[in-house]
Amino acid sequence: MNILSIAGLRAEVEGEAILRGIDLEIATCEIHAVMGPNGSGKSTLAHVLAGREGYRVTGGEVLYKGRDLLAMEAEERAQAGLFLAFQYPVEIPGVATATFLKQAMNAQRQARGEKPLDAFEFKKIMDRRLKELSIGGEMVRRALNAGFSGGEKKRMEMLQMALLEPDLAVLDETDSGLDIDALKLVAGGLDRLRAPTRSMLVITHYQRLLNHIVPDRVHVLAGGRILRSGGRELALELEEKGYADIAAAA
Amino acid sequence: MDAIGLLRDYDPAALPGAGTGWLDGLRAGGARRFAGLGLPNRRVEEWRYTDLGALSAHPFAAACAGRAGTLPPPCLGGRRAVFVNGRFDAARSELSGPGAGVVALPLTEALARVPQLLEAHLGSIAALGRKHFVALNTAWLTEGFVLWVPDGAALEGGLELLFVGDGGEGRPAWHPRNLVVLGRGAEAAVVERHSGRGAYLANGVTEIALAPAARLAHYKLQDEADAAFHIAATEVRIAADAAYENFSLMAGGAVARNRIAVELAAPGASCRLNGAYLGRGACQLDTDMTIDHAAPDGSSDALYKGVLDGRARGVFQGRIVVRKGARKTQAHQTNRALLLSERAEIDAKPELEIYADDVQCGHGATAGALDEDALFYLRARGLPAAEARGLLIDAFVAEALATVAHDGVRDAFRRFAAGWRQVGAS
Repeated sequence: MNILSIAGLRAEVEGEAILRGIDLEIATCEIHAVMGPNGSGKSTLAHVLAGREGYRVTGGEVLYKGRDLLAMEAEERAQAGLFLAFQYPVEIPGVATATFLKQAMNAQRQARGEKPLDAFEFKKIMDRRLKELSIGGEMVRRALNAGFSGGEKKRMEMLQMALLEPDLAVLDETDSGLDIDALKLVAGGLDRLRAPTRSMLVITHYQRLLNHIVPDRVHVLAGGRILRSGGRELALELEEKGYADIAAAA
Repeated sequence: MDAIGLLRDYDPAALPGAGTGWLDGLRAGGARRFAGLGLPNRRVEEWRYTDLGALSAHPFAAACAGRAGTLPPPCLGGRRAVFVNGRFDAARSELSGPGAGVVALPLTEALARVPQLLEAHLGSIAALGRKHFVALNTAWLTEGFVLWVPDGAALEGGLELLFVGDGGEGRPAWHPRNLVVLGRGAEAAVVERHSGRGAYLANGVTEIALAPAARLAHYKLQDEADAAFHIAATEVRIAADAAYENFSLMAGGAVARNRIAVELAAPGASCRLNGAYLGRGACQLDTDMTIDHAAPDGSSDALYKGVLDGRARGVFQGRIVVRKGARKTQAHQTNRALLLSERAEIDAKPELEIYADDVQCGHGATAGALDEDALFYLRARGLPAAEARGLLIDAFVAEALATVAHDGVRDAFRRFAAGWRQVGAS
């Protein structure tokens, strides 16, 4: 059973075609990587999947758990267990992080027909997750992402993922803009977020993140199309030869 | 010129305290000035952005008795003066135990008990100038509240002034006049609340004098009825090293204008004038602020945040004057407006007039819609769009509300702002 089936997906931004027919199937519990050069459409794919406005889908379909994903609002997708880890998490001064986390968890619980968490229950869960991810409690007492370093922002994404426990996590260049130490922390966190029931779509430019999260399948995206798909070894080949060869060969 | 009856039945000889020379003179001056000025029109620079069409479309009646309805729970210690349609409501007021030497009385009573205090201050801080509505208020000068805290004393538990309007059939108008005088090193917190129903004009003037090293926290919640007109002037004179904090939360009225004029009259005086204005429907919320740095080493800070929805209009006119000799003045002023609809509008006019050297002054104004990236981020975590918008609106206003120094008032104002926002979301 596939958690995600993308067939012939085309999308444009401000009249420019960015995705030109994407086919991609992710079986439940699999980890897929989409790799590609800058401008290949990687982030567009992530945003279209998450329901960002401003992208016009011009063709194809996306089934998520058998449902028409493109007909769902962004929040419905999240409530149905789809999680986008942002490449650039948004700074929101004035929104207390802990308040937001509780509100997000309860919005999802409510959508699933579950009882909302009270402050005590929420704190217990959050403290556990913070500990698992080795994140200091100080971070959740600040305003959401406001003034966070690049590494802190990515770890906040990890924390949100840990709390929201998605079925499909789309990681949009989670490794970008991180130095080696920050990458290690984030990758370590991701490692802990691997779960037998969780599928992942890891979007990345470099293969270094894939040393930490070993994918079942690797796809090369260039010019808005998937040019090649293969196993883990494809990522290593890309690392060695770069994207130009593959783009030329395709 | 009094086409809308604001001086109809005006008989100064029948007003309380008539026959007292200084008071007769003050009122007569106000009446003459208002008769000369009439209502402002948009050719008057200070009123350029303010549309008084709805106010001047129909005549007003003199204030009648009204019903107060349910009063809000106190956000200070429980001491309060209640005014209904401008009249003091003794039965609903609680003024006991203000502390030794403190005067906390309705103006009519203060006229009998501490006339010299009133004579010394009334009209001396809020001079008539070319201020149409201050002149009108002065002509009618009848009722309001007087607080005097002697040197070195503190008003324990603060004071709330509740002004309730009940429009009834007649479009009544009233003109409350308040006076707050703090002695050397004295401290007080005052909360003003304005609410009501129906159509009426509340035209208040508050005069405040702070002696050296005095500290006054002055909070205002303006939640007038949708059809009401709220015109208010708060004029403040601050002596050396005294500090004035004002927070104005404005959400009601068809046309509401809040004038705040502060004179930092002696070295080391400081003020913080912050606020938030929340408008929807077709209301108009104006802030007209003048900060006059007349002495060295003064500082002023102003941060206003506005949320405007529907066809609401906001106006922020912020004038900072730094007089010759007011060295080392620091003055900063910021107005930020969030426009939730395409028909909402903000006019911001900052003015800096600097005649001194070695000063730090700045102002900023922004206007914009909700941040789409932030909205998407929140929705991508499962928050429904309306909830995400609400969270962002609350966060926008929170920056201003966080400046309220008094915990109880800050909580009450936060609850009010959140309630205002939730009404819009439903």
